Amino acid sequence: MSGQLLKRRAERSGPSDYEHLLAVKDIHLSFRGVRAIDGVSFHVDDGELFAIIGPNGAGKTSLFNSINQVYRPEEGDILWKGESIMGLKPNRTAELGIARTFQNIALYPHMTVLENILTGRHVRMTQGWLAGAMWWGKAKKEEIANREIVEEIIDFLEIEQWRKYPVGLLPYGIQKRVELGRALAMDPELLLLDEPVAGMNLEETEDMARFILDVRDELDIAIVLVEHDMGLVMDIADRVLVVDFGKPIATGKPAEVQQNPNVIKAYLGEELETA
Amino acid sequence: MRGRPLLHTSYVSDQAIFNSGTKKVLVGLFLLILALMPLGVIPGLKWAATNSWMRVFGEVAVLLIAALGLNILTGLAGQVSLGHAFFMGIGAYTAAILGGPEGPLWGLGLPIWVWLPAAGAVAALVGVVIAPTSLRVRGLYLAIVTLGLVFIGEHLFRNFDFITGGSQSGRTFPPLELKLWKEEAPIVSFQTDGSWFGIELSSQAKMFYLLVAFAIVASLLAKNIQRSRAGRAFQSIRDRDIAAEITGVDEFRYKTLAFAISSGYAGVAGALFAAFVSRTIPEAFGLPLSVEVIAIVLIGGAGIVSGMVLGSLFVIVLPLIVQNLTEWLSDLARSGEGIVQSIADFFVATGTFDFGLISSLPGSSPGLNVFQFNQVLYGLLIVGFIIFEPLGLYGIWVRIRNYWKGWPFTY
Repeated sequence: MSGQLLKRRAERSGPSDYEHLLAVKDIHLSFRGVRAIDGVSFHVDDGELFAIIGPNGAGKTSLFNSINQVYRPEEGDILWKGESIMGLKPNRTAELGIARTFQNIALYPHMTVLENILTGRHVRMTQGWLAGAMWWGKAKKEEIANREIVEEIIDFLEIEQWRKYPVGLLPYGIQKRVELGRALAMDPELLLLDEPVAGMNLEETEDMARFILDVRDELDIAIVLVEHDMGLVMDIADRVLVVDFGKPIATGKPAEVQQNPNVIKAYLGEELETA
Repeated sequence: MRGRPLLHTSYVSDQAIFNSGTKKVLVGLFLLILALMPLGVIPGLKWAATNSWMRVFGEVAVLLIAALGLNILTGLAGQVSLGHAFFMGIGAYTAAILGGPEGPLWGLGLPIWVWLPAAGAVAALVGVVIAPTSLRVRGLYLAIVTLGLVFIGEHLFRNFDFITGGSQSGRTFPPLELKLWKEEAPIVSFQTDGSWFGIELSSQAKMFYLLVAFAIVASLLAKNIQRSRAGRAFQSIRDRDIAAEITGVDEFRYKTLAFAISSGYAGVAGALFAAFVSRTIPEAFGLPLSVEVIAIVLIGGAGIVSGMVLGSLFVIVLPLIVQNLTEWLSDLARSGEGIVQSIADFFVATGTFDFGLISSLPGSSPGLNVFQFNQVLYGLLIVGFIIFEPLGLYGIWVRIRNYWKGWPFTY
């Protein structure tokens, strides 16, 4: 991991004056009476790898959408570094430093890998369209400087050979990696990963796990992970939150959560009382 | 061109617009042809120096500017708009009010450096007002809303006859000439024959040079917008709007910006178009003009600046080919013999009771007239390109290029 990315890590690591990086406080979200999220609270600290698990339809992705303010929870509060982000536009949450990858890849299929990751740099760039139209002075300098950062990310994710391919033509595993690259380009302090290894074989899963750990350890970016691959979650997560039908069931270290009877009930069902 | 032509040793050279030797040579050649064509010195292209062809190529340049604008809105930002002619009309009549000759109709007689930027700015402002609808309605629905604009525009233009002159006579537009202010003799006039640097040029050739210069500047700006921050934001909204928002692109802001830039281009193109034809009626800014611009974008290759050049050339020259072909066929149908005559007769209607696809007669007769036939042809070509080659003429060019790159191997 080279230059610019590490430099920004150093800039970030000062003493923090907030309690938690992200704190979700008792949020409720419903769609016409269907309670998607029903009183979930959790917090994520700097450099933590926090996992959210739960059966299908438990409300995990809705949680992510609430943090991004795509959905607006009716009750509760979401604090970013101690300040409420409720009611902000989604693009503002990106500016604050919350990056995201998606369950079903949401890259820009007609743009190349380079352009996709450069689009992630959008929030960290300042030049307006008119300066860009001239391709002059500051605007040109900024484009080139950001190209260098993007190249570092491409280097980090080992996707050099795909650099100039339109993303739509790439294999699934590579696309997932490009999406991680776009999120990293946003210079985030918190990364929301929505099923980063869904549909991957063992080898690809291990690659991705390595990238996730590298992001956390080398770049010092906190991560919230939604994932169905229990092996992965139990191996790499620091803490786990289990949700079911929008309600939190358990929070704790992976080993504790595994033993929790409520969790076992949610995943495996109850034993029938046979007389 | 030794060593590895695609080896770049700096990001600046890799990110350049013309980042390969082939591109530089091709573009250089193209510019050279453009510069020499009006002088009639290129063997084989002498016909292009005639006044009628210079006029055609001037129109190509103007519509290229309009298409570059629509390409930013539709090709990059993905917002389908049928209202481009409306914005062109706004630009044209803004230019007319500011730069038109003083007389019974509104006209202040100001010079080109006032009316041309103003035409772009006013059209862009109107675009900003229209833009919020694109947040509410998407895809086909937006197309219908913008289609409505064209009809509202045509109605307004027809009724504001103190500006537009109404549909009977139309009005004269500001001349293409450079003045400092309202003095009598212009510094440079593009609408009178005369000599430049000792070379005798017709007014058509002069206008051709002026319009091509504008078109080159417009193309470079469009390409730069496309490859910089705003262009990527447009494309991200086109491809995945929600993901774009979550990765930090302000959807409202960039949709508005796309509308503003696009209609600004349309305004400038409309003003130049009106000045170029010098006298026109409000109906000139109706649906057929919109269709023509959309045809350029889709046939050239949506989202690709060089595709717009190919597209505008193709779409403007096509009707002339059809017209010449019709004349040639009707000659054959009248005086040819045997099977050639009957094939020609099948395509062309030469008499009132002679049925054929295209009519070469003035007035109403069976078959389509040349204009109608061209509209049908545009439609068929748009449908054909969308189904078979979504990247348009540019896509065909890429395929040919890739074939020869690997030749004689298949890949």
